[in-house]
Amino acid sequence: MTTGTVQFLNHEGELTSHPDHEAEISPDGLRKLYHDMAWSRRMDAEAVTLQRQGELGLWPSLLGQEAAQIGAGHALGAADYVFPSYRDHGIALCRGVDPLDLLRMFRGVTNGGWDPAEKNFHLYTLVIGSQVLHATGYAMGLAKDGSPGAVLTCFGDGATSQGDVSEAFNFAAVYHAPIVFFCQNNQWAISEANERQTRVPLHQRADGFGFPGVRVDGNDVLACLAVTKWALERARSGEGPTLIEAFTYRMGAHTTSDDPLRYRDGEEVAYWNLRDPLARLRTLLEARGWADGAYFDTVAAQCEERAVDLRARLRATPDPDPGDIFAHVHADGHALVDEERARFAAYQATFADAAGRGE
Amino acid sequence: MTVQKLPMVKAINESLRRALASDPKVLVMGEDVGRLGGVFRVTDGLQKEFGDERVLDTPLAESGIVGTAIGLALRGYRPVVEIQFDGFVFPAYDQIVTQLAKMRARSLGKVSLPVVIRIPYGGGIGAVEHHSESPEALFAHVAGLKVVTPSNARDAYWMMQQAVRGDDPVIFFEPKRRYWDKDEVDPGATPLPLHRAAVARPGEDLTLAAYGPMVKVCLDAARAAAEEGRSLEVLDLRSLSPLDFDCVQTSVEKTRRLVTVHEAPVFFGAGAEIAARVTERSFYHLEAPVLRVGGYHSPYPPSRLEDTYLPDLDRVLDAVDRALAY
Repeated sequence: MTTGTVQFLNHEGELTSHPDHEAEISPDGLRKLYHDMAWSRRMDAEAVTLQRQGELGLWPSLLGQEAAQIGAGHALGAADYVFPSYRDHGIALCRGVDPLDLLRMFRGVTNGGWDPAEKNFHLYTLVIGSQVLHATGYAMGLAKDGSPGAVLTCFGDGATSQGDVSEAFNFAAVYHAPIVFFCQNNQWAISEANERQTRVPLHQRADGFGFPGVRVDGNDVLACLAVTKWALERARSGEGPTLIEAFTYRMGAHTTSDDPLRYRDGEEVAYWNLRDPLARLRTLLEARGWADGAYFDTVAAQCEERAVDLRARLRATPDPDPGDIFAHVHADGHALVDEERARFAAYQATFADAAGRGE
Repeated sequence: MTVQKLPMVKAINESLRRALASDPKVLVMGEDVGRLGGVFRVTDGLQKEFGDERVLDTPLAESGIVGTAIGLALRGYRPVVEIQFDGFVFPAYDQIVTQLAKMRARSLGKVSLPVVIRIPYGGGIGAVEHHSESPEALFAHVAGLKVVTPSNARDAYWMMQQAVRGDDPVIFFEPKRRYWDKDEVDPGATPLPLHRAAVARPGEDLTLAAYGPMVKVCLDAARAAAEEGRSLEVLDLRSLSPLDFDCVQTSVEKTRRLVTVHEAPVFFGAGAEIAARVTERSFYHLEAPVLRVGGYHSPYPPSRLEDTYLPDLDRVLDAVDRALAY
């Protein structure tokens, strides 16, 4: 049983240690982590701007959760499969999902956006906690297949109040499923703070289900990476599920429709600003001489270029064909859907005829 | 296996056995389906034959059962899930409606979820509360699901074959009060398309459209009416989503009168949809308004009252009289 919160990089950018876990420290590795966190933050900021300009209907910002997501994302192996929630853009990037596909979903072009089997990254799930059961079932399937992979599923502190999440914990324990429950406790479920969701620290929930629960500093990418790697390896080697509580903070609003000033004060945000996940890694890289100002300027310029490209590609995204409404409802067809599709096409054709006459 | 006279429980049991034997991806899962063989014994002996990796006794959590079945389907399995009783499906309703039904569309067809959810349904067995309900309309209303219900053992066998073979989620309602009625089951017969209705008894004067447990009631009513010189045609719809409106239309345009019959409450029930469609398709053929016979707009009553609540031969014939009086 892991004791205390696992942390390897404190908020002042100093390396620390933990008796039960070990961090992998290499200049190249740290720079890669920094790069991916920086890009996820820049991509996220671009999405917020695009929403403000009317290009997206909504955007749930990951601001503040970059370390949790990039750490977990870097822990994944090729055969592992992820069931995300809807704020896991950093992990999506790690899995090779084109950020345009994330944006298309929030633009209202599609309700999905990518091929889950191609990316080993399931579609976002908006109903809180539902995906945790799908993840568990998928993990049960991996075990039946004798697959070398494991499942990582993401959810927030609010989701732990859902029955589906507790049912998933129990199914996973009973069937000894190869799964990692990765809870990003960002402390706010829209306007409801942790104390409205739970009376015990979330990682302790695992005790009652019979598998280990570990709390990590969710703003420390090294801790998130190391503990997620360890938990995935446990899963792959048949040791069953693990719950990781990545204790972090949602720096921004719940989504672009939210106004956090109505329910939390600036002091709290200022406290967490000092615990920024990117700033501490930058401090470490600079202190060790593993990166200099020129490096960070280059990363920023690369991110800027990609953000500009992303914006251009999004604005060039066409609306879907109206016929898509009927296209994928069933695999084997459905007489009523066929009938309505035909009626819709005939109705649409009347406009074409009218337009034709007008010429 | 040759043609055998089997009760419906045994027909479904044999059908599941065949599905498990012919496709290693087929799983059976639910509460008590393994060691016990299900509270109605529909899955009797399957775990013994195929092992607990194929026939899973699950924790007692309906949402968990359906949610994990979705995950298993994403991994390439074909789970056949049992919900123990009709009234117990609602903890899983969210997973069924919000996830199972929609995932294919939201993945633009990249994901298919071949999950069959078996639900013993309907009343007439003297059960306690929540064990006699008919919630089929609540599922037929949801795009992305298919909803079927056999009325007899013969159909139950091949309909289960087709349901498991298909790539869409299917809600398979089993009329529990017909579980022990026997019929000739022919495993060698070529299964029909899953969503095709049948003329269970041909007639000329009026059409009775029913499904599941009410088909027998309607056949009995048609026999009684025949003694009075009235020729009633009985349709066994078999499938509610999609519903074989062509079959209904053909029948109604012949008989010009239609009465729908189901155990579920009439209000917003399958009968209402059938009546609306028949009006749209066959307005000038109708000699009378479409009448509906079904449950009342009340919770299912205590079992000592269920004979009063459930449509029976007399209530069907009462509606027939009213329709013929126009």
